[in-house]
Amino acid sequence: MSAATASEIAYNGSMKILLIEDDREAADYLEKAFTEAGHTAHVAGDGETGFALADSGDYDVMVVDRMLPRRDGLSVIASLRSRGNTTPVLILSALGEVDDRVTGLRAGGDDYLTKPYAFSELLARVEVLNRRAGVKESETVYRSGDLELDRLSHSVKRAGREIVLQPREFRLLEYLMRHAGQVVTRTMLLENVWDYHFDPQTNVIDVHVSRLRGKIEKGFDKPILHTIRGAGYMLKSGG
Amino acid sequence: MALTMPAIMKTTAARLSALYLLLFAICAVLLVFYMTSLSARMLTAQTQETINEEVADLARSYQRGGLPFLVRTMERRSRAPGANLYMIADPNGEVLAGNVQSIEPGVIAREGWTEIPFSYERYGESGGEQARGATDSGKPSAQGQTPAQIRRNKGHDAIALVVRLPNQMILLVGRDLGEPERFRSVVRRALTLTLGMMGLGALLIWFLVGRTALKRIDNVSEASSRIMGGDLSGRLPVTGAGDEFDRLSENLNAMLARIATLNEGLKQVSDNIAHDLKTPLTRLRNRAEAVLSGKHSAADYKAALEGTIAESDQLIKTFNAILMISRLEAGYSSENTTQVDLAATVRDVVELYEPVAEEAGVGLEADVAEPYLIEGNRELVGQALSNIVDNAIKYSTDATSKPAVKVSLERVAGKIKLTVADNGQGIPDDADRARVTERFVRLEKSRSQPGSGLGLSLAKAIMKFHKGTLDLQPADPGLCVVMSFPEREAS
Repeated sequence: MSAATASEIAYNGSMKILLIEDDREAADYLEKAFTEAGHTAHVAGDGETGFALADSGDYDVMVVDRMLPRRDGLSVIASLRSRGNTTPVLILSALGEVDDRVTGLRAGGDDYLTKPYAFSELLARVEVLNRRAGVKESETVYRSGDLELDRLSHSVKRAGREIVLQPREFRLLEYLMRHAGQVVTRTMLLENVWDYHFDPQTNVIDVHVSRLRGKIEKGFDKPILHTIRGAGYMLKSGG
Repeated sequence: MALTMPAIMKTTAARLSALYLLLFAICAVLLVFYMTSLSARMLTAQTQETINEEVADLARSYQRGGLPFLVRTMERRSRAPGANLYMIADPNGEVLAGNVQSIEPGVIAREGWTEIPFSYERYGESGGEQARGATDSGKPSAQGQTPAQIRRNKGHDAIALVVRLPNQMILLVGRDLGEPERFRSVVRRALTLTLGMMGLGALLIWFLVGRTALKRIDNVSEASSRIMGGDLSGRLPVTGAGDEFDRLSENLNAMLARIATLNEGLKQVSDNIAHDLKTPLTRLRNRAEAVLSGKHSAADYKAALEGTIAESDQLIKTFNAILMISRLEAGYSSENTTQVDLAATVRDVVELYEPVAEEAGVGLEADVAEPYLIEGNRELVGQALSNIVDNAIKYSTDATSKPAVKVSLERVAGKIKLTVADNGQGIPDDADRARVTERFVRLEKSRSQPGSGLGLSLAKAIMKFHKGTLDLQPADPGLCVVMSFPEREAS
């Protein structure tokens, strides 16, 4: 069974999300939006309740606000981690400096998103964090339809035809293929492919993606790298 | 401010003075007692020696001429001024001769040194005028009185040596204790007086020092109240003496200056936010209002909402940039600095912007090979450089020849210079060039270009954070943006 189908199954399955957020309005909005996206979301209004829920329930992803009543988000995460809970956590915070992100990730968070954010960005990140979708980490060959990427030999083939990529283009495609079938935002690409967390003034990422698209789609019938309006990109083969 | 005693007691100087005064007084009292007792002992020893010599002398007189010669010798000596006490008594204690009229009973009963000073009376000192040398009126005139009464009445104390002559006669030679007692009291009085004077002096100094300290601290308190009252330009007084108070004031002044700078920065930021966010917010509101007021299709509403979101995103970006600039300028301290290779950062950023440059028809190249290490934050340096490269690409498109942007690194006089040069129109005006790194400053011709006017300000703030500088230099043609970093110290 190919890795691509495995990840697609994971993506299509809905996630059980724990949302620890004290802002009632924001929590309601997120709960509704996650439900509309096909997931189940439980909301905890403070750190203690959130910790209790996370400790007992089996969640796929947790979204934790950093500043919470009764117990702050970082402490909740640190306690969960020390109890062996490895559920992926995305930290939401109004603090967005370089150091704040480092502190958040050090406390055991897997991703960090600064408020205010677009829901599409949050959804894309949460879906990528989902454990069941992240099975590709250990695989050496990624496949998506007729596109094939070999991580060891650094070669890319589509329908058996060799495609020559620059090192950065290769890493870009590698990331897109690892999350094939999932929406990947521009900032996610900048973070994961270039390891920078700032917002470039011009849409530099778009140009990189369109260049890559030119290489993997030119001369082939079907588009494979799709632009998702208002969100980012998705690598997806077939209809 | 009125100087009340409790207020003085509250000053450190006064407390220290009081402590010193106490220690000094204890030492001085000990010294007085030691001195007087030592000198009294010395005087007693001297007295005893004199008496011993006298007794030996009289014993020799007795051997030479018997009792009459002894008595004569004694009488001669008694006449000398400040003479010793002499007395001869028979074995029964009856006084035979000498210059002592009366004596505390029992003194001559024991041989050897009298153990405690005894009281006595010489001839001619009491009311009864009696011939010196009379031998038969040996009965103490003060008979029937207690020794204490005698001592109190007559007031003469002496010590004496009592010896028994070979014919069982008793010889007493003594010396009045008045002199050592007087000496002792004189010394004691002098020392006590001195001590008292010094105590007074200490009190005075205590008062003056305490008052001076109090006054200076009051000045500082007064100045701080004034500053707290809103006059942030006020400073604490510095006398120029260079003492602790001056150092304290100087440090506090430095602190105030820092606070004033931060406050000024904060004020500027809020002014800028108020000014520059109002415009887009108004635009946002007007657009929403315009769409609401007319009859529109669903597609129009959707487009308007999307436009609103895009504009809010831009606003958030601007807001984040302002906050970041102020944090960096306010001396934001980060533990998150590491060794950063500028060459790698240049390669990263050039690689990141290369497709954009190509699309814009601008040649982007980097001339970096060897690593250039600095101590810093990779993210921040990357952001500053990408802002500058982004600008360079945008503004080189109007070049007369083929547009080109060149990024280079070089080491000049202990600094690492990262230069981004373009061959566009540049900024010919010196004042404009100086102005563009200020917040929200956008030159006339750049208004058509997208951007917030914060890119270079952010780069400048980042350079300040790295203890470096950002300079804009005119090139022919174009503009050279130079980021100068201090070189990382070899560890």
